[in-house]
Amino acid sequence: MGLKTPHYDKHVEAGARVVDFGGWDMPLHYGSQKEEHHAVRQNAGVFDVSHMTIVDLLGERVREFLQYLVANDVSKLKDYGKALYTAMLNEDGGVIDDLIIYYLSDTDYRLVVNAATREKDLAWIRKQAEAFDVRVTERSELAMIAVQGPHARELAAPCIAAEYREAALAMKPFFGMEAGEWFVARTGYTGEDGWEIVMPAADAHAVWDRLLAAGVVPAGLGARDTLRLEAAMNLYGTDMDDTVSPLEAGMEWTVAWEPAGRDFIGRSAIEALRNSPNRQRFVGLLLEDKGVLRNHQKVIVDGVGEGEITSGGFSPTIGRSIALARVPAGDYDRAQVEVRGKLLNVRIVKTPFVRNGQIRIDV
Amino acid sequence: MNELPGDLLYTNDHEWLRREGDGSVTVGITEHAATSLGDLVYVELPEVGQDVDVGGEMAVVESVKAASDVYAPIAGSIAAVNDDLADDPEKINADPYGDGWIVRMTLSDGLDESELMTPDAYQQMLDELDD
Repeated sequence: MGLKTPHYDKHVEAGARVVDFGGWDMPLHYGSQKEEHHAVRQNAGVFDVSHMTIVDLLGERVREFLQYLVANDVSKLKDYGKALYTAMLNEDGGVIDDLIIYYLSDTDYRLVVNAATREKDLAWIRKQAEAFDVRVTERSELAMIAVQGPHARELAAPCIAAEYREAALAMKPFFGMEAGEWFVARTGYTGEDGWEIVMPAADAHAVWDRLLAAGVVPAGLGARDTLRLEAAMNLYGTDMDDTVSPLEAGMEWTVAWEPAGRDFIGRSAIEALRNSPNRQRFVGLLLEDKGVLRNHQKVIVDGVGEGEITSGGFSPTIGRSIALARVPAGDYDRAQVEVRGKLLNVRIVKTPFVRNGQIRIDV
Repeated sequence: MNELPGDLLYTNDHEWLRREGDGSVTVGITEHAATSLGDLVYVELPEVGQDVDVGGEMAVVESVKAASDVYAPIAGSIAAVNDDLADDPEKINADPYGDGWIVRMTLSDGLDESELMTPDAYQQMLDELDD
């Protein structure tokens, strides 16, 4: 018996296959993972993401604290509600977690970190916050859903209180806003448009029912994983962890090198790797032979060396197998993957594989 | 879950066998196995004519989630494979005891039914898994 989100009864009601995820009893799928995947790409799906950890930071020196805590630079956040994706690094430059930061005011930021890393994240944030006199408050009492898909916002809009609805619909991608006791953000983990909505747990059931009645399909962790893989969005613990540099996990775009004088945790370690000729690549793979690529399979680059698939699976949108992989430095665009003793051919492709319903690679 | 077909025999590994009139057997995976795996996306089939031992890896079924070996429930030789699965592996989800069959085998020796489970015995095993 694991932890249960406020939506748990709704998952059971919808016939979910429930699995343990980071200590939480979460829906893997509600019948067909593929159908849930397609529903998000083509219409709208709703995910329970209440297990994710919401942390509010308050204090006069919050900005200064975040400029030290994370690899991206929160001084990029100038407009109310603006979101920033980034990583917290350890002193060795490994990724403690990836997270989203929302800017609410100069003294008030909201973080959303992963569920499976909750304890270590909170301990790390609290430890680092001491010197900055920042108040760290976990908001475990809140529920959170992600409504994703090309029609997600229009189908979910009636759930939002009338006085905030227009502003929510007008909100640009990668922004969030407070809507009474709710927080609505145009963010997600699928490569589709949509919202992530934080709300009091007491509202969770009614909103879920209303979305399903509007035709939004409940989608589980399985579809969440294939959707994020197609969108080439990293999964913590799989694509990167405490031992992996963000520079070798496709996350350099989330590292702000400028201003050069900003001393964030892990900076000196990753700077040493920045221009190293041995820095591993983090690439997308498309399987050209039949089969399915899986996590941890060995990638062999003839005459160069070996790497590993960090996330592999079947892409329901493309109908082929795709993967993210960490591979040796070098200039090449083909490799082989060892699958049950056989070598299968893969092509290195520019990610994302799929975005906004469209296949973005040559297949 | 639907009722188990009464004319089949079953294994611990959630495979089923149907005795065909010519002495061969057809083999597939049970509805329980297909449902546990989720939507199937790829099936690796053996070569026709290949010999397999009891418990040997005979095929691989891969779903969106995971890959799973299909073991030979008896010793014999592969007489036919269900080529339709190459293009439509989801036949296994849709009709595990019919169109979703995986291989047909000719037996090296006779069929020792005591090594296999009756529908009642398999049902009992499933019930215990649920507890």
